[in-house]
Amino acid sequence: MSSIQEVQDEIVSEFEILGDDKESTIYYIMELGGSLEDFPDNERIEVNTIKGCQSKVWLIADEKDGNVHFQADSNTDITKGLISLLLRVLNYRSPEEIINAKLDFVERIGMGSIIGSQRSNGFASMIKQIKLYAMAIQTKQNA
Amino acid sequence: MGLNIAKIRGLFPVLHQEVHGKPLVYFDNAATTQKPQAVLDALTNYYEKDNSNIHRGAHALADRATRYFEETREAIQHFINAREAAEVIFTKGTTESINLVAATFGRKFVEKGDEIIISTLEHHSNIVPWQMLCEEKGAVLKVIPINDAGEIIFEEFEKMLSAKTKLVSIVHASNALGTVNPVKKVIAAAHAVGAKVLLDGAQSSSHLQIDVQDLDCDFFAFSAHKLYGPTGLGGLYGKREVFESMPPYQGGGEMIKEVTFEKTTYNEIPFKFEAGTPNIADVISFKAAIDFINELGKDAIKAHEDELLAYANEQLMQIKGFIPVGTAQEKVSVLSFNINAMHPYDVGMMLDANGIAVRTGHHCTQPLMKRLGLEGTVRASFAVYNSKSEIDKLAEGVSRIARIKNK
Ligand SMILES: Cc1ncc(COP(=O)(O)O)c(C=O)c1O
Repeated sequence: MSSIQEVQDEIVSEFEILGDDKESTIYYIMELGGSLEDFPDNERIEVNTIKGCQSKVWLIADEKDGNVHFQADSNTDITKGLISLLLRVLNYRSPEEIINAKLDFVERIGMGSIIGSQRSNGFASMIKQIKLYAMAIQTKQNA
Repeated sequence: MGLNIAKIRGLFPVLHQEVHGKPLVYFDNAATTQKPQAVLDALTNYYEKDNSNIHRGAHALADRATRYFEETREAIQHFINAREAAEVIFTKGTTESINLVAATFGRKFVEKGDEIIISTLEHHSNIVPWQMLCEEKGAVLKVIPINDAGEIIFEEFEKMLSAKTKLVSIVHASNALGTVNPVKKVIAAAHAVGAKVLLDGAQSSSHLQIDVQDLDCDFFAFSAHKLYGPTGLGGLYGKREVFESMPPYQGGGEMIKEVTFEKTTYNEIPFKFEAGTPNIADVISFKAAIDFINELGKDAIKAHEDELLAYANEQLMQIKGFIPVGTAQEKVSVLSFNINAMHPYDVGMMLDANGIAVRTGHHCTQPLMKRLGLEGTVRASFAVYNSKSEIDKLAEGVSRIARIKNK
């Protein structure tokens, strides 16, 4: 499995190919959403939503072979695409790796200017929630 | 005679820019309109030449500023055909105007068991102040239902009216759907049971001829920033006898006649409701916006906007997956829609990437969206400086976006 840094570098170079054509960038992000694992219908409930996102985002996590397994969904395609980028970097990694991850791809691809400031806040909330889940699982592992 | 749109566009500096490498198409006019150069000039001119506090200083600058300030009040008086300028007070905008009525008229005249009627179409700013008042007073808030086209059901409204009705507060033109309400009928029916009527004119004031005497409304609330004027400013019209029956809104300077520690007597209207130093610069520059509208003429503006709306409908209806939202008979130039299987946010982002500014979401009308069973819509709203070629760009953008999910 590639390291967190390697995956981020990959993402950055993919976005570089898109250049600064905003429409194709958004279209690309929306397409990425299609790669998300199917989200279980019975988990689409209030307690699994992330506060601070304009669109609805559901996120759940469980432990798989000592790593954290995330599943997520959203009612908007762009947000789904953003989540899929995050999960591509962080899914199936150890809690420790996730907690310590430095997510520099967000800034390197100029996410703020692609998605605007309101969505950027939502994106930050997603990252926070992912790390909280990792911490919870780490606590359980150490118990 | 048609308007010269190219010439009008030349008066708006902000329109001449690129967004994401594409020429800006500004279709978010129901949120706020752009400002003509004359408004910007009036603003800087005031600060460069006339800045001083009004209604108090005994010097040339104060005198000029006071005169210009009061000239705007008179311009508004004529703009809405009020009997006298004193029936127009300045506020921060529609929201504050409605809150002012709730805090003064509402607090004095609404009692336990009384009823206030609003409609399903209301903006949050014409819902929440009444909920707060009703909660405080033990009064009841009633809501006029709508049909699927987005029109109020008048017969249902008539059934709600009774001696308990103290106030009907209703939107003149809906910001979310564009529906123009039959307000004259509403006002007459409300008056027949002795209720007062407030019209939320935030949207109607830029599109429709407003004649408060002919309408016979008791209050009319509006925002300057939706009328090609500055932000953070608006007004409230009220009939003299109604304004005079109301207690003041805020206490402070300007609103008093005489203050002793034992008792204060209040100033006459309009000053009774204008405590403190007002937003002088924006009030003065707002006159340039009213002049701009008057020069073009409301009827010519409306004719142009109606033409844009009809053209946009025609173009967009041909697109597979296009779903219009709000199909009232009477509408101002607001086109709300969805694209089958797509979230409005995604559509809005894609349009923005094409330089097209629209609003997406619930438009501060969550109860309306709930009634329509929608999370939100995409809203394109047109102003006098918009053109058919801009609508062609919208249609092309929507068509390309719709194809993603509607092959
Ligand atoms: C119908 C309607 N009412 C009230 C408001 C509130 O106006 P403001 O924010 O200028 O106070 C708006 C503005 O969006 C509106 O469209």
